[in-house]
Parts: sequence; structure tokens; C-alpha cells
Amino acid sequence: MRDFEVPRHASQTVLDVVTHIQRALDPALAYRFACRVGVCGSCAMTVNGVARWTCRTHIDKAVRNRNEITIEPLRNLPVIRDLVTDMREFFDKWARAKGSFQGDRSRRDDFSRIPSEGASRKQIDAAIECIGCGVCYSSCDVVSWNPDYLGPAALNRAWTLIRDERDTASIERLRAVAGDAGCHSCHTHMSCTERCPKGISPTAGIAGLKREVSLALLRGQL
Amino acid sequence: MSAKTQSLLWVAQRASAAVLALCVIVHLGTMIYAIRGGLSASEILSRTQGSVGWLAFYSVFVLAVAVHAPIGLRSVLLEWLGWRGASRDVFLAGVAIVLAGLGMRAVVGVFA
Repeated sequence: MRDFEVPRHASQTVLDVVTHIQRALDPALAYRFACRVGVCGSCAMTVNGVARWTCRTHIDKAVRNRNEITIEPLRNLPVIRDLVTDMREFFDKWARAKGSFQGDRSRRDDFSRIPSEGASRKQIDAAIECIGCGVCYSSCDVVSWNPDYLGPAALNRAWTLIRDERDTASIERLRAVAGDAGCHSCHTHMSCTERCPKGISPTAGIAGLKREVSLALLRGQL
Repeated sequence: MSAKTQSLLWVAQRASAAVLALCVIVHLGTMIYAIRGGLSASEILSRTQGSVGWLAFYSVFVLAVAVHAPIGLRSVLLEWLGWRGASRDVFLAGVAIVLAGLGMRAVVGVFA
């Protein structure tokens, strides 16, 4: 842990502070960012013990006392250097949760017509804006206790596909997200929901997965 | 253990929790009600001995505990001690048998 003094500016973000440190005080500091406007999800770090997207976190919000903040890499992920974590496991788990769409239509077929007011479309809308920043994964106690656990982001992604009427891999996906490494390990602590910068509730999606897995089990489909 | 079996265990734990919620309310309610004017052990036994209703009720209670507790313990052992695999499940099957055995011994004890 190293201390730096950074000049305070109006509307300054945590990412501005990190950038100032690298440009003016320590050119060797490693950190990750791209868009700076809360779209790409690459700048998440632990700020005063809480995982946050640093580009949209104002210093005024993050400073607790004495004008000091502590900036660390995300938790629950291996650190490559300084503030950069290795996100491979995080995204590999999306693949393990069968997080990619599988349909049965070709370009010669007509468009699917999904009413925007439909119940499943609304559930998808509530969960689809994930930017893959890793804040939920870093905040999840179950991930830290059970490294096999797929985590809130991957399960949330699976949930959006389970609700997608066009998707044809529901049963395989339910198999992938069931059990000790999947939705059944969630303790509903809701840290993911509290910390998600996009206001998504992975907890709600995971609860939905538990329901869908149980129904598939009762129907003998698992 | 397959994901299907793990999901079944989860359903069994939720179902047994629902049974336990009811059993605990009936058990505590009856106890508090029956003991208001003071009640000796022999008076309690005179009510439970030969009562098929209480035998059935407490048998369900004990079996729900024997299902519920080891499944919960399964997560605790993984998350606190990192214990996973077949050895943990064999141990927990033993816990279930001990809980059911001791519990049923007590149930039969107040029935017979």
C-alpha cells in the first residue's frame, strides 16, 4: 500500500485520481479503463473497501474522513499487478453458465415478435444491462467461500437467456446453473444487488433460476 | 454428486423447512398452553403415552429435522472448512441417521 497526495477538483472521480497518480506521480502504476463514462465496465476497483465503478464514482461520495481514500484491486479475482485483476475466471464462468444465446432460426426466417409488455421481456429488461464490470462478483461472499460458484453476473446472464422465448437451450442451461456451483449456493445476502452500478438485481434472477430448476426437476426434465 | 441430486437436496431442504416451521409453532404453542397451570413429567407422559396423534406429529418433526439439518450442514462444511466430495456426504448421511435415530428414540420413549 502506498500513499499519494492528489489535488482536489470539482466533480472529480476516483478514476480521475488514479489517472492523476499514473500521469504525474507514478508512471508505473497499472490500472485498467477504457470509456470513462460507465459503459465498458473495465475500471471497477475496491474503493474504501467497497467495489465500485471508479469512472462514475465521485470523490465526494467515496471520501469518508480526512480527505483520504483507499483504492485496491477488485476482490475474489487474482491480481495481475497494482489495480489490475485477471478477469479470465469471471468470464469463463459466463461460458460455464451457458451464457451465450442459442436459437434455431436462420437469416431466411422472419423476425421473432416479442411484445415489449410481455412478462418475460420485462424480466429480461430488468437484468440485461450488465456491463461485466465484476463489482457483483467481487462483492459476493459465496464466491470467496466457494471458488467454484459461478457468481452473480454469470447467473444473471443465464437468467436473461432462460427468459428469452427465442432461446432453445433452456434445459442444458438449467443443468449448468443448478447445484453447488450454481444458483442453489446463493445465500441471498444481496451484496451484488446493493453494489451493482447498473441497478440490476442478480439476486432476483438467481431466485428465478432456483424456481425454474425446481420446476424442471418436478417435470423430470433435468 | 450430480447437479440434479444437488438440486433435489435443495428442494428437500426447502420442503422440510416448511414442515419444520409448522411443527415448531405447534410444538411451542402446545407447550406454552399446556404448562400454564403447571404440569409434571408424569402428567405429560399420561397425555402422550398411547397417543397415535402425537406419535405421528413428532415422528414427522424428527424426520424433517433429519432431512433439513444435514443438508444445511453440507454448505457450512464446504464454506467454512472447504470440505467437499464423497467423504463429506458419507459423514452427513451418518449425521442424518444419528439425528433420526436419537429423535425417534425420544418419540417412542414418550409414546410407549
